Amino acid sequence: MLTSRIIPCLDVRDGRVVKGVRFQGLKDAGCPVELAKEYEAQGADELVFLDVSATPEGRSTHRHTVSEVRAQLSIPMTTGGGVRVADDAALLLEAGADKVGVNTAAVSNPQLISDIANRFGSQCAVVAIDAALIDGSEDSWEVVTQSGKNRTGKSAIAWAKEAVDRGAGEILLTSWDRDGTRSGYDLALLRAISDVVNVPIIASGGANEPLHLADALRAGADAVLAASIFHEGDYTVGQLKEYLRKEKFAIRL
Amino acid sequence: MSSSVAIVRTGVANTASMVAGLRRVGADPQLCEDAETVRTAPYVVLPGVGTFGAGIASLKRMGVDEALKERIQSGLPTLAVCVGHQLLFQQSEESPEAEGLNIIEGSIQGFPPEVTCPQLGWNLVTAPKGARIFESGYAYFANSFRALHADPDWKMATADHGGEFIAGLERGAVVTAQFHPELSGPWGLSFFTRWLEVGRGRSS
Repeated sequence: MLTSRIIPCLDVRDGRVVKGVRFQGLKDAGCPVELAKEYEAQGADELVFLDVSATPEGRSTHRHTVSEVRAQLSIPMTTGGGVRVADDAALLLEAGADKVGVNTAAVSNPQLISDIANRFGSQCAVVAIDAALIDGSEDSWEVVTQSGKNRTGKSAIAWAKEAVDRGAGEILLTSWDRDGTRSGYDLALLRAISDVVNVPIIASGGANEPLHLADALRAGADAVLAASIFHEGDYTVGQLKEYLRKEKFAIRL
Repeated sequence: MSSSVAIVRTGVANTASMVAGLRRVGADPQLCEDAETVRTAPYVVLPGVGTFGAGIASLKRMGVDEALKERIQSGLPTLAVCVGHQLLFQQSEESPEAEGLNIIEGSIQGFPPEVTCPQLGWNLVTAPKGARIFESGYAYFANSFRALHADPDWKMATADHGGEFIAGLERGAVVTAQFHPELSGPWGLSFFTRWLEVGRGRSS
């Protein structure tokens, strides 16, 4: 059976990893290649590189970063950020990404998902959904875009279904309420989305301790993504995998 | 001297990971799209492509389908990955109108509805007895369709996702992988290395 995946996420701007990564023994903690190698050595099942550059120059630097990481990395790499048309995805796949994530652009133009899935296959098409609880509700979420600035009013559950119907092969589901809070993944959100789609779901937003990862997997996630707990050096991927294995999850060690 | 590996340029396939993986084990990968190279290269890789139908159409357009078939039937070192592995069969549910290379009897089918699809992630591959290239271990898969049966002259590696399916096949220096060795960490790299070793002396 498939193992549960652990996926460190790195934010990259203009070719450098940002969001303070603190590793001991690494000469340069901002270098994407060095960090990718470190996480692979720790047992990461795949990596996500999110391009947070704001300029066209930054985007082209990011493609260069992807190809440099690819040359050194033997596990899958997903990248996203700034993908507006299928040709943007093509450039990233050619550079060496294995999957491409789309977010804001897919919400305004859902055809983008079909374009990528038809051209490169669903297994390449990751739809990132940022979901936030609707004010006053405990069980309905709306899609937010533009890094949380724009609340769309669009149902996250309906959007997940539509994304899969259009060819998404995987959903990267981030709880906007939990992201960066370290208060655990939004389990109700995970349950709600995993009930309605059959593609794998990557849980994101809120991980702080091993129990959070186990909870997310029990709530229906196929993979768990985290940033701060790895970058701050709280846990290695290997330590979390040991824990999950003791909790009887299928884990690749 | 490093082994020269011709990767068939199927058009939509992402070859960057394959090139990088083969380089990491010391091979010298080159992209190719002509029948002569497919016939004579010491090693040939047929990488994963978008769909079964697009894959076979692309091989026919390049005119390498017959060369590939001859090469595999005469046992020259060949590695077919993901949809490449599936193309060796007769047909696939994914593209019912398309005809595969027809080297292995049988058809490719979708996963049962109770498991996630696509299968994305690491699954345990169990190597067949007497295998020289396959070893048991975790491999990275990214597929929505899979083969269930193959002729007994192929040694069959298996994995389980909603029931047992074919993770790969081995016959001499010809090997197929439903998984992606180029994305399967150190295990995948050692898979490449064993294929290159078994192929040494077998190549033309």
